[in-house]
Amino acid sequence: MTELKRIIKAGFINFTRGGLISFAAVLIVTITLSFITSIILLQTVLYSSLNIIKDKVDVTIYFTVGASEDQIMLFKSSLEKLPEVANVSYVSAEENLKSFRERHANDYSTIAALDEIGSNPLGAYLNIKAKEISQYENIANFMKSDNELVVGSASIIDKVNYYQNKIVIDRLNSIISGAQKLGFLITLILVFISIIITFNTIRLTIFIAREEIGVMRLVGASKMRVRGPFMIEGAIYGIIATFVTLLLFWPATVWLGRNMTSFLGFDIYDYYITNILQIFAIVILSGILLGVISSFLAVRKYLNK
Amino acid sequence: MIYFNNVSKAYRDGLALDDVTLTIVAGEFVSIVGHSGAGKTTLTKMILADATPTEGTVLFESIDIHKLKSKELTKLRRRIGVVFQDFKLLQNKTAYENIAFAMEAVGKTDEEIASDVPHVLELVDLGHRLFHFPNQMSGGEQQRLAIARAIINQPEVIIADEPTGNLDPINTHEIVQILKKINDLGTTVILATHNRGVIDSINKRVITMENGKIIRDTKHNK
Repeated sequence: MTELKRIIKAGFINFTRGGLISFAAVLIVTITLSFITSIILLQTVLYSSLNIIKDKVDVTIYFTVGASEDQIMLFKSSLEKLPEVANVSYVSAEENLKSFRERHANDYSTIAALDEIGSNPLGAYLNIKAKEISQYENIANFMKSDNELVVGSASIIDKVNYYQNKIVIDRLNSIISGAQKLGFLITLILVFISIIITFNTIRLTIFIAREEIGVMRLVGASKMRVRGPFMIEGAIYGIIATFVTLLLFWPATVWLGRNMTSFLGFDIYDYYITNILQIFAIVILSGILLGVISSFLAVRKYLNK
Repeated sequence: MIYFNNVSKAYRDGLALDDVTLTIVAGEFVSIVGHSGAGKTTLTKMILADATPTEGTVLFESIDIHKLKSKELTKLRRRIGVVFQDFKLLQNKTAYENIAFAMEAVGKTDEEIASDVPHVLELVDLGHRLFHFPNQMSGGEQQRLAIARAIINQPEVIIADEPTGNLDPINTHEIVQILKKINDLGTTVILATHNRGVIDSINKRVITMENGKIIRDTKHNK
């Protein structure tokens, strides 16, 4: 217990006496943590814009004129049972006609033609949204299958627009999964680079103290007693850098929120503030781990016996 | 107490120690003389396991120093105090903290540290330098601080490797007197030096080394 207390105290003293070196180390860790924070925010932006795009994709099943509502509702409920389906919305023939008339309110000839027919020439339709873009294929296959319900409904289905949209959906699907993979890869590379830079900076600070490490060992200090203060110092770098980083991101996200909200589709400042606790947890954990592990590894080199 | 049995140490550019056999008895004051490169430093490093023999064994009492695991070695080092030519003080710690660190290393309590540190610094005439950093002190003062650190845990052996190498004659004399006093109190002292004058003033056992060999081992007679 006293050992731990002494190690922590020594770590703090080393940090304050380190002066410029401590400052430089904090600065480097801050840069690394800023990287990590930017990546968290960028990922969010990427995901939210992808979600907006995904949301625009759907599949519509058009029914023949005069198909009974009971049959359509039965079909709808069987679709809803599919695990891939997020939701199914029903638009009746009357509603369809109404919105058609609204869309063509200025097109007299079309409206006149409609009036001429007298009855409703439009059928009802179902709008299906899948949970993932890749799952539209499965849903389409389900409708092609010889499932009893589907077979029963085949007579009332006029057309399914999936086959017309298939190329677009497929292409979008590959773009989205590509963007996610690329985003993840870039994240990994950037995090890796910044970790290497931080590790080397901390190694440099310990390189300066390498003789002292040898002296401490010759004086009879245990490995932990030599290593401990450096690890505490590393943790201090991480903690201070976390606060500096989060403080720096505050005005940055305010600016982005003010100027980029309509472009990004959501308010990044709002996101930053509502998720500040999670971001704080991720950043401080990364900071402390980075500092402690780097110090641990760097000291090991001079601790051989 | 310390036994060298046919110890040799080869470096890339030749032998630093060549078949050295030597016994040091508890309570002795042994001076090791020789030119630079004669093997004095390698000999002292062997006792601290700071260098490993190519051949032969070094025993501390019945312990083979070079077969110790890291933890046991740490314990052994606590029984040996070391003083170096370049002092090897912890530069970012004050005089007080340098001594306190050595005491913490062996697990002394805060109370013991608070009472013993000022006392030992007083002993080497540094009572007024408690909170100075090494770079604020003269060479003689730094060496006295190093000696204070070496003796604080009452080691059984003090190894001093050229402790006066960087000092003027007056400071040299002071350091030698302190080492003699430590020896008088029962601690074994091993002093490596190339300064004949220092040995003449001590008048104890002298081991002369040349090219890694012991060429003379005498009780010094003026």
